[in-house]
Amino acid sequence: MRVFSQRLSQQGLIVVVVFVSLSLLVAFAPVPVDALAGTPTTREITVEGRMFDFSPNVIRVNKGDHVVIDFAAMDVVHGLYVDGYGIETEAEPGVPTRVEFVADKAGKFRYRCSVSCGAMHPFMIGELIVGPNTPFWRAVGLTLLAAVGALVFTATNRTEAAR
Amino acid sequence: MTAFRKSEDRFVVSASALQERAEVRTTNGNTNGRFDLLQIRPIRWLLHQRAFQWVLTTATLFFFLLAILTGLFGTPAGNKNFSIIFVWIVWWALVIIVLVPFAGRFWCTMCPIPIPGEWAQRRSFIGKRPGKLLGLGKKWPRRLRNIWLQNFAFLGVAILSGVLLTRPQATGLVLLLFVVAAFALSLIFERRAFCRYLCPVGGFIGLYSMAAPVELRVRDRDVCRTHTEKTCYLGSAEGYGCPWLVFPGALERNTYCGLCTECLKTCDRNNIVVNLRPPGSDLLVQKGRRLDEAFKGFIMVACAMIYSAVFLGPWGWLKDMANPATSSGQGMASPTRYLAYAGAFLAINLLVLPGLFYATTWLAKRLGGLKTTPRKMFIEYAYTLVPLGLLAWIAFSLAFVFVNGSYAFAVISDPFGWGWDLFGTKGFPWTPFVPQVVQYLQTGLLAGGLVTAVYLAYRIGRQNGADHAGALRAAMPITVFLTTVTLVFLRLYLG
Ligand code: SF4
Ligand code: SF4
Ligand SMILES: [Cu+2]
Repeated sequence: MRVFSQRLSQQGLIVVVVFVSLSLLVAFAPVPVDALAGTPTTREITVEGRMFDFSPNVIRVNKGDHVVIDFAAMDVVHGLYVDGYGIETEAEPGVPTRVEFVADKAGKFRYRCSVSCGAMHPFMIGELIVGPNTPFWRAVGLTLLAAVGALVFTATNRTEAAR
Repeated sequence: MTAFRKSEDRFVVSASALQERAEVRTTNGNTNGRFDLLQIRPIRWLLHQRAFQWVLTTATLFFFLLAILTGLFGTPAGNKNFSIIFVWIVWWALVIIVLVPFAGRFWCTMCPIPIPGEWAQRRSFIGKRPGKLLGLGKKWPRRLRNIWLQNFAFLGVAILSGVLLTRPQATGLVLLLFVVAAFALSLIFERRAFCRYLCPVGGFIGLYSMAAPVELRVRDRDVCRTHTEKTCYLGSAEGYGCPWLVFPGALERNTYCGLCTECLKTCDRNNIVVNLRPPGSDLLVQKGRRLDEAFKGFIMVACAMIYSAVFLGPWGWLKDMANPATSSGQGMASPTRYLAYAGAFLAINLLVLPGLFYATTWLAKRLGGLKTTPRKMFIEYAYTLVPLGLLAWIAFSLAFVFVNGSYAFAVISDPFGWGWDLFGTKGFPWTPFVPQVVQYLQTGLLAGGLVTAVYLAYRIGRQNGADHAGALRAAMPITVFLTTVTLVFLRLYLG
């Protein structure tokens, strides 16, 4: 593949620099997420775990919210572990437990069962979405930039032979 | 007599080796950015050992047999059973995250599956035994000399993933089936028919090995042309003829060379090289592109997408559909529900995704003014899915490997789940490894795959007779398709 060995034209170089800078901007530019999220409130949510899903399976809160989860296991012992927040609790059937935390990181965080509960246990997953989901929108922006950037780059770097 | 000549040859070869190596490989062109790893003495020495492959495969065969035994006789709890954890987490991560992207078909060098059959054929573990291989040595049917059977074998395994990933017995049985099938085929057909035409793993390893930064090739094709004995293909006193039915002198892509290193031993002209090269070189090789490989590309992308939804998504009903057994593991939960899943699974793999892509390439053909047939365009552009699919698979795999990799520490001490504690790590707790970092890696991988795929779309247009502007116009719809696929993955991972 000549992608790497091909000599860059000056135009090509400019395209690369422009798109890489844009990508960095999209990836890291500070966004007033907290302002977008509105005033923090307390969210009390009851989550039921059963083989092999949670209900609700998607929890949406805003960044800064105080989240209180009452976790109840409906059939056998289940756990609740939240990716990224590292929060974990376990519940026996009939004995709900409670976890509280401040949702101070935006994005999608999977929560999963942390106690082996049967065949599909490793795939017993729910989603905590702390909005506004800036990581996702940044990723979308990067993807679109990648596609357009690749096209513009090819347009400015004509390949000579049709090989 | 021949032996004498050979040893003499070898002397001459080694004497002029340095000089030879310094020469540029002019005849084949394309020496661009290549470095022959055999110039590094220890590597050269290693790969020339007859025991090289034997050591690797014997080691993996041990783990493979352990996986069969633990699968069949160990605990039914998947995450406490060696077979599930080692096959679907450790082995899978090794293959798709490390070996394929960095070393192409190197897994096939060490794969244990065809080894019992190969030992039987050769009636030898390491050394070269003169004479014919054991077995009927039949030729593989002409009509099946493609990877369609591998495509269907992969689909067959993939459709059962809900069971295989969660039930050790199922995994044990499937592994056993592989090794028995490979053995039987070794006795009926010549060489490694199983690897070449049936292995569900070999299909995608071959396709994605095109992206690898390593290749086995010949130094100078003219040497092959005049070398009438073709010892690399027919075998010699030093080793066996190519088990993969490949003639190294014609190699232009990694797809079907199993890196068994046999030809390094049998080529008495010192003409085999193992190059480091720019990754993805084979993707620009137009020769050899075929419909069966194109479909392999679709199947892999579709499966990565479906798996991401089923195994990483929050939808319990979908997991239930994919899992034909009841939650207690006793019997079928609902055959119709599972059949619906299987039907949808096959439809997405074989109709929906290829269908949408066909429409896309038709548009590309119109926009770019390409003169080739729609079918050809469909096949050619499908190779853009190779880089994107490979990186999407890595992205998907990272998510469950990082989260569940820690199970490996526990099961290595207690492979059967019988309460052993061989290395004192039985109690190692489930410890997700930086689950939140995965998303950023996934974004980077997918974006990288997309850039490569889009560039490839342009090059494929040029290869098919479009001028610069035409190839760019043709690349537009393809880019839209590829971007949409990427966004679907992003939605599943981050959205
Ligand atoms: S093709 Fe399959 S069985 Fe053959 S060596 Fe590769 S992975 Fe193993
Ligand atoms: S070409 Fe050489 S290394 Fe590749 S499969 Fe054949 S003999 Fe083995
Ligand atoms: Cu559970």
